[in-house]
Amino acid sequence: MLVAFIQRAVMQGIPLLFGSTGEIITEKGGNLNLGIPGIMYVGGISGVIGAFAYESSVETVNPFLAVMIPLLASLLGSLLMGLIYCVLTVTLRANQNVTGLALTTFGVGFGNFFGGSLIKIVGSDMPSIALTQTSVCFKTQLPFADKLGWFGDVFLSYSFLAYLAIVIALLASFFFNKTSFGLKLRSVGENPATADAAGINVEKYKYFSTCVGSMIAGLGGLYYVMDYANGVWSNDGFGDRGWLAIALVIFAIWKPNLSILGSILFGGLFIIHNYIPNISFEMQEIIKMTPYAVTIIVLVVISMRRKREHQPPASLGLSYFREER
Amino acid sequence: MSKLTKSANEPLFHIVKRDALPAWLAWAIRIGSIVAALIVCALVTVVLTGENPIEVYATMIDGAIGSNRRIWGLFQNVAMLLCISLAVTPAFKMRFWNIGAEGQALIGGLATAACMILFGDKLPQPVLLIVMFATSIIAGAIWGFIPAFFKAKWNTNETLFTLMMNYIAIQLVSFFTYKYSVPKGSGQLGVINRATEAGWLPQLGGHNYLLNIVIVLGVTVFMYVYLKYSKHGYEISVVGESENTARYIGINVKKVIMRTMLLSGAICGLTGLLLVSGTDHTLTRDTIEGRGFTAIMVSWLGKFNPVHMILTSFLLVFLQKGAIEISTDFGLNNSFSDIITGIIIFFIIGSEFFINYTVKFRESKKGVNA
Repeated sequence: MLVAFIQRAVMQGIPLLFGSTGEIITEKGGNLNLGIPGIMYVGGISGVIGAFAYESSVETVNPFLAVMIPLLASLLGSLLMGLIYCVLTVTLRANQNVTGLALTTFGVGFGNFFGGSLIKIVGSDMPSIALTQTSVCFKTQLPFADKLGWFGDVFLSYSFLAYLAIVIALLASFFFNKTSFGLKLRSVGENPATADAAGINVEKYKYFSTCVGSMIAGLGGLYYVMDYANGVWSNDGFGDRGWLAIALVIFAIWKPNLSILGSILFGGLFIIHNYIPNISFEMQEIIKMTPYAVTIIVLVVISMRRKREHQPPASLGLSYFREER
Repeated sequence: MSKLTKSANEPLFHIVKRDALPAWLAWAIRIGSIVAALIVCALVTVVLTGENPIEVYATMIDGAIGSNRRIWGLFQNVAMLLCISLAVTPAFKMRFWNIGAEGQALIGGLATAACMILFGDKLPQPVLLIVMFATSIIAGAIWGFIPAFFKAKWNTNETLFTLMMNYIAIQLVSFFTYKYSVPKGSGQLGVINRATEAGWLPQLGGHNYLLNIVIVLGVTVFMYVYLKYSKHGYEISVVGESENTARYIGINVKKVIMRTMLLSGAICGLTGLLLVSGTDHTLTRDTIEGRGFTAIMVSWLGKFNPVHMILTSFLLVFLQKGAIEISTDFGLNNSFSDIITGIIIFFIIGSEFFINYTVKFRESKKGVNA
């Protein structure tokens, strides 16, 4: 049972990991993108639209294309969302919070709208969006995973997107600490005026970090639909995971490698009520509160301790205008 | 440095801050952006439904104000959105990013529902109403005060803190809806006090929502006066413009932050009461319907001016209602209205750039010797 619990916790955690890695990269560039929940919806539904188009246009599904088409569609969808955010906040210097919230309204609406109306719009005769064939391709496991007992179940039983999430988080961590590009990006998030004076193109870096962050976050939506939900889109099925991903950013104190562990912990907290015997419905709701409560505690503690390496990027949430210093 | 090298290194264009535009021009830009947004929305609708745009707009207007009941529903929704928007405004004006209005309103609603359930048959109606008003306002104020306290004391990031408080509130409501659910274990409260109507806001002149609307109008006037003519309002705008200036002229910034968030949370709590006791007579975790987030956009688009905010909240609710009508008419999903709202807001926030900044192109090089 413990093995099954860990497995489920990891599967719950992976979308959060994608979301939080994406948001960390975005925030390191000084943009607080509250549109992440919407972007994750768009990432999911774009993948669904891609897969839907592909599955309904061919007789037999080619596994490679069945993975690549939704993957690219998802990346494109979330890239466009990231670009909307960048054009408004970086180029047009609009308020980041308002833009982000509008993006979330838009993205969640976009996802639910196409999730609910896709079949009607294209006039298909499918009863509901159930992309089982695509989902099977996405869920391909390592061939020897089920031969290794509990070790295989805990470490090797996931699909490629799950490992991709972990690899991206580790790469992001490396990128921020060891590459000059990453360090420059961090300087943009801390103090864009100084970065500008040092010859760094602030706008370019902000665009880069926000767009890449959005694309990574969008993959979280794709993983959720194709892998966790077996290719079945249900409206609002993704729920509040996007906000939980933003919570995870704080919990991991803006460190992608910590957010790997954090995501599994949050994933576990998300489902632990299924594994506690004789728990009442009302207590389940209290347990579901814990990720948020823990996040608040972390947020308060880091602000009290004032350790510099644990703080949010100093200019987080502020638009940069060169002539205003 | 010679003139020549300067012009050679100068970029093609650069952006400078404008002096204040004349009001008519600023409004022309805003209205232009709304028109542009409506055209884009029409295009999207036409692509998705295949109807001609005029018919689509007719359906929209019909959905929003097509009947007496719809008009009342429209005004009720405008009032609720406006009330939360007014609540978040003083906080925003001092650059305190309270995105926890959803939670503050929900906790006010929870307090109201709790009073209705616990004291519904114990207290006479007027006393019950007073108790409900007091508890919901206090509950909302406390919910707003907690992040403000940490912000003032330790500079804890308020955006993230208030965001998390939303979910604490939502889970608390879920907890209590299971605890008091009717029938037991269903996870729903049902209509509270259906038989006795204890704790329901009274009808005014035979209209369900009139009292709500009157209360919100009162709050609007209060907020207008508070922000514009009171000492508190002045302190809020100074803190918003520059905390250092505020400190320099002897304003206690911490006190202002905490006091303003108490007020902001209190009005959110009041909205919760109006929604639970004056509208739905029940409470679910979705009672606020995301208005706490929409309110932020309303307040921002209305430039923190309560009168402008009436217009912006009206615009958004009108479009929402209209878009819902379109989606039911054409068998599409209800979330269509969210897409429309999103597009409109993108355009309006984008247009602010052209009000505040202007693009200056590099001056022509003619006449300068190469």
